[in-house]
Amino acid sequence: MTDTIEVVVNGERRAIAPGVTLLELLDELALDPRAVVVEHNRRIVRRPSLAAVRVAPGDAIELVHFVGGG
Amino acid sequence: MTTAVDLVRDAPFTIGGRTFQSRLMVGTGKYPDHETMTRAIEASGAEVVTVAVRRVDLDRSKQASVLHYLDPKRLFLLANTAGCYTAADAIRYARLAREAGFNDFVKLEVIGDEETLLPDVRGLLEAATVLVKEGFKVLAYTNEDLVTALRLEDAGCAAVMPLASPIGSGLGLLNPFSVRTIKRRLRVPVVVDAGVGTASDACVTMEQGVDGILMNTAIAAAQDPVAMAHAMRLAVDAGRAAFLAGRMPRRDVAMPSSPLEGMLD
Repeated sequence: MTDTIEVVVNGERRAIAPGVTLLELLDELALDPRAVVVEHNRRIVRRPSLAAVRVAPGDAIELVHFVGGG
Repeated sequence: MTTAVDLVRDAPFTIGGRTFQSRLMVGTGKYPDHETMTRAIEASGAEVVTVAVRRVDLDRSKQASVLHYLDPKRLFLLANTAGCYTAADAIRYARLAREAGFNDFVKLEVIGDEETLLPDVRGLLEAATVLVKEGFKVLAYTNEDLVTALRLEDAGCAAVMPLASPIGSGLGLLNPFSVRTIKRRLRVPVVVDAGVGTASDACVTMEQGVDGILMNTAIAAAQDPVAMAHAMRLAVDAGRAAFLAGRMPRRDVAMPSSPLEGMLD
């Protein structure tokens, strides 16, 4: 039951369950997949593919959105 | 609200195939709160608003996406690459922004110096070339250097955005001659970006004949951002109308406005 893998999400290490997809990760983080853009190991993953990509140990994931700016 | 004949007859303001009614574009950063921001945007009459790409706050304690406060049906969201110091970073941010799914426009910034936030023109040209090839409509934030502006146009940029003065400085239009020269020599739209401090700066800038202005801090950091947004709207219209009207020539000596004839002995 202590089986977790470590990934880096937005620069912070997180322990998550093995075999989780990016869509499941977003769900776990309570993020709406329509409201964020996902970059997985420097590659953008489009929304329709989020459920197909599984997260592996050591992966770097960036979750971005629009904020105020000039 | 403007009914001046010259503005009605003005050529459309079109960038990358999109036509906009307002020549004023505004940023969405640095506002005291979201309500002030939305009211200021409304008062400015701007259709194009800039946004930045940043990490989602995972503890979700503070910022929601700015999109909660901007209606993408009414406003054209122009993502920027602010904060990027290399071509590679700017390209990465632009791709992420496009993936948000609103449009393929990007306000490209590649910064070269932390103190002045002046552009790194080599990185800018490199990033612009790559992004144009990928189908982006690139609006390139640059300095007021004609040759760089020409190179950006050659690279396929949809618009070139020379600065009035450094970002957030509020120093106004420091080099009207260079901005005028860029406008005269380029075929793509020239939109002055950054440095405007108050309404007179915006007016003088538009009087140079440029196609538009993008500003953020001048509105957001005013004591009353909504009132300043209104002032900027008037100033941009006034400056555009004055440009179209064509100013009188400058003279070094006075010339009376009243007739010399008919004076008493």
